[in-house]
Amino acid sequence: MTPLLTLAELFGKLSLLAVGGVNSTLPAIAHEVVEQRHWMTARQFSQLFAIAQSAPGPNMLVCVLIGARVAGILGGVVAGLAMVLPAGVLVMLVSGVWQRFQQARWRRVVQAAILPITAGLVLAAAAVLVKASDTSVLLALVSVVSAVLNLRTRLHPLWLLAGGAALGFFLA
Amino acid sequence: MSDTKPRLSHGALFSGFFHAGIIGFGGVLPFARRIIVEERKWLSQAEFNDLFALCQFMPGANIVNFAFAFGARHRGVTGAAAAVFGLLGAPIFIVLVLGGLYARFGGLAPVQHMLGGLAAAASGLVIATACKIAWPVMRGVAPIAVAVASFALVILLHLSLPLTMLAVLPVSLALAWRA
Repeated sequence: MTPLLTLAELFGKLSLLAVGGVNSTLPAIAHEVVEQRHWMTARQFSQLFAIAQSAPGPNMLVCVLIGARVAGILGGVVAGLAMVLPAGVLVMLVSGVWQRFQQARWRRVVQAAILPITAGLVLAAAAVLVKASDTSVLLALVSVVSAVLNLRTRLHPLWLLAGGAALGFFLA
Repeated sequence: MSDTKPRLSHGALFSGFFHAGIIGFGGVLPFARRIIVEERKWLSQAEFNDLFALCQFMPGANIVNFAFAFGARHRGVTGAAAAVFGLLGAPIFIVLVLGGLYARFGGLAPVQHMLGGLAAAASGLVIATACKIAWPVMRGVAPIAVAVASFALVILLHLSLPLTMLAVLPVSLALAWRA
């Protein structure tokens, strides 16, 4: 299979499995691109994710970076479109029905059912990223401080990313 | 959305989402909410919340789903395309440039040190996100069990995402139905 088709198939499938957002597919993406296909190391994966986080825009951008690494600019565009199109088409189809069932019980049930799954999967994503990026005590400390500051203060996330990068640059 | 509101043009859809995407550092949602609800008054807060709830509930990137659904309501498929290209065009261009720089200079030692720190901070942000999502879930034994099971199937048993969903979704639906 050509790299472009491989990317389209991989991210197209994950698009429909991204419950509660793209973050819940990060463990699956890491598994596919690091362990199954050996496109990059776990460390490189965590760095691409961090670069995507540092750029403006939605967090599906990590797929664009992975695609671009595998198959150039076209690969990035194909991976990005594959990640958003299947879910986007589905959401357009459902959006009409959604308004009609505003008061329906099943709507609340499905929402309540999806939330804990999202929570578990995003925790899994955090575990995968921590394992890949925190290769020293200092870096683990950077993660902890960034998490605590994000939860406890209104500091913009960009400051935390910039602080982490500066600490890495000067202290590592 | 009420029927009294005028249909937005393709240009307006493109520019509204372009604006949200290009300034949306660290998550586009708060910026999209400000532009759509407060600045342009395209939706009320309640309408925004209802449509966003759909986008969280459906699979995929939440804010991109929002652009699809909102664009389609105004101008059908081409409206959705205008909103989505507005949202993603500039950010995709920017990360492609950053990806090119990474490929070219990412191996240099000082750059590696910087990226190591950046990645650690980004992981911390995902820990925080996970905590924010998990916190309201921790109100009962059943949702905690579902969250722990989802985590364990992926991390400890290395089950694929489709199989994990197949295992936990029916159980979670049944538990939520009974609750």
